[in-house]
Amino acid sequence: MAMETKWERNSDPVGIWEHRGKVALVGRGHSTTDRRWDGVNLDQTLGAYSMVAARNAMEDAGISPDDVDGVITSPGGQPRHGRFGAGWAPRPYFDPPYDTEDGLTYVTAEWFARQLGLKNVKYLNSHGETLWNLIGLAAQAVGDGRCEVCLVPYPNGNLEGRYHQTEGLEAGGPAQWSLPWGWGLSGQGFIFDQYCRKYGTNHDRMAPFVVQERKNGLLWPHSYYALHEPEPFTEEDYVNGRSIARGLSIFDCDRPVQAAACYVVTTAERARDMKQKPVYFLDHTEGAFTPRSLVQTLDESEEWSDILAQRAYAGSGLRPDDIDLFSPYDGFAINAQYFLEAFGWRGVKRGEAHDFYAGDISLQGPNPLNAGGGNMGTGRMRTAFITDSMEQLQGRAGPRQVGIKAEVAVTIGVLPGNACSLVFSTSPD
Amino acid sequence: MPRPIPVPDELSQPFWDACNDGRLLVQYCTYCERRQFPPEPACRECGWQFHLTWLETSGRGTIVGYSVTHDSRTIAWHAEQPYVNAIVSLEEDPVINFHSNLPRVPVDDVPVGAKVEVDFIEVTPGQRIPEWNVAT
Repeated sequence: MAMETKWERNSDPVGIWEHRGKVALVGRGHSTTDRRWDGVNLDQTLGAYSMVAARNAMEDAGISPDDVDGVITSPGGQPRHGRFGAGWAPRPYFDPPYDTEDGLTYVTAEWFARQLGLKNVKYLNSHGETLWNLIGLAAQAVGDGRCEVCLVPYPNGNLEGRYHQTEGLEAGGPAQWSLPWGWGLSGQGFIFDQYCRKYGTNHDRMAPFVVQERKNGLLWPHSYYALHEPEPFTEEDYVNGRSIARGLSIFDCDRPVQAAACYVVTTAERARDMKQKPVYFLDHTEGAFTPRSLVQTLDESEEWSDILAQRAYAGSGLRPDDIDLFSPYDGFAINAQYFLEAFGWRGVKRGEAHDFYAGDISLQGPNPLNAGGGNMGTGRMRTAFITDSMEQLQGRAGPRQVGIKAEVAVTIGVLPGNACSLVFSTSPD
Repeated sequence: MPRPIPVPDELSQPFWDACNDGRLLVQYCTYCERRQFPPEPACRECGWQFHLTWLETSGRGTIVGYSVTHDSRTIAWHAEQPYVNAIVSLEEDPVINFHSNLPRVPVDDVPVGAKVEVDFIEVTPGQRIPEWNVAT
């Protein structure tokens, strides 16, 4: 069941969201986090983990499966519906419900609703992409009345082997313009190189940010690092990280993991009767951009992130000073500064992000950037951005609870070329 | 080293054919008076295909930045690591950019801002691709 209408808010000028304060995030649930799925254990598939996360989310919100009337998901958790398991299938399948790829390395709303026995679902949507777009889509669908109590599972998986390894010597389609020169993650390094030249900074100055993210992530019980690599991570570790490409080290790349989260999105009215304090959506806005020529440049990263920030402010009616918590996507870590500077959080201007990182960005300080730890602190489940924003505003972030007031949180992801901003508030007004 | 070779398609064939003739082409919309690269089925500005033609470039540009690949996602390139991935912007229209490995430049000594000139190297018998060398 596709969404019949265009749901993204990406046409300028973006006005105040018509459902501002009328939709709420009221529950979250997580599975455990593994490094990979072994392809064998059926208790650790993305389907199984999505159901664990859903049950935890429903318990968190104080609802039963019979209360749920909508499921909106991103089956594989990837941009443009990419599926991380595509290279592995077909495989020998298992007994139902694992007799197709659905439930193993991706999870559709249909599979999920069937396995959870959701009897009252009237709206199913498997057209979500990245986590931010997915949450924005869910907020819009609930606001539009397509469903009232919506489960939003986000599965994100990892199998044996390396991502994105290209074999062969024939470069057809878009690859004809890049692989003959061995272009790849060097694209990240190239833009960062332009950034460093323009503003007189260098890669080592990323260290305080990534180290702080790891500290924050270690305080999140679902973090890959908290579960599997709890050792401290230092600035020395960061600057000595193995280089993937000049300007991009292994510690700028998020660790792929196998995990699922699920959120409960509902109307502000229904939220009043649920277990947790509602976190209200003030806005969602989106943007997708295409480079003017072969390769995305710093100018384009800055221009696009500026547009995204302007939309978020126009759509929510807020100003930079209104944002208590700001969580820009960090996978790759060297992209976070484009969003930080575009939003002007804490007055940070273009070229000042690394100076800002060198200041106090700790949880108890005045500028708790990426309080949830981002991907660098938790792994590539991405859900720390949503869960932490929610928990901070509800005052239940435990050891991660920031020292400043936490009334408005903004998160944006994934990258400047394709992103969605979400604005959350403790107040619907 | 065997390296990935471009597989021309209907849209890109004129570009790759011109490389074999030692000419660097980009698309050009005669209505918008706008260059476009890589080629697309229609002009991104006006949306029309009928005004698109091919235009020979000066073959001159500037290195606007670079990276050095140490762990390529393209397995055929592993034997060449580390290698330069520079971006060259076209002299007459700096928005237009191209890849270069700067084959004559050491990986730790890339002259960002330097003027470069196009060259064409054979990557497989019968197919040349654009490369760039620092202008003398």
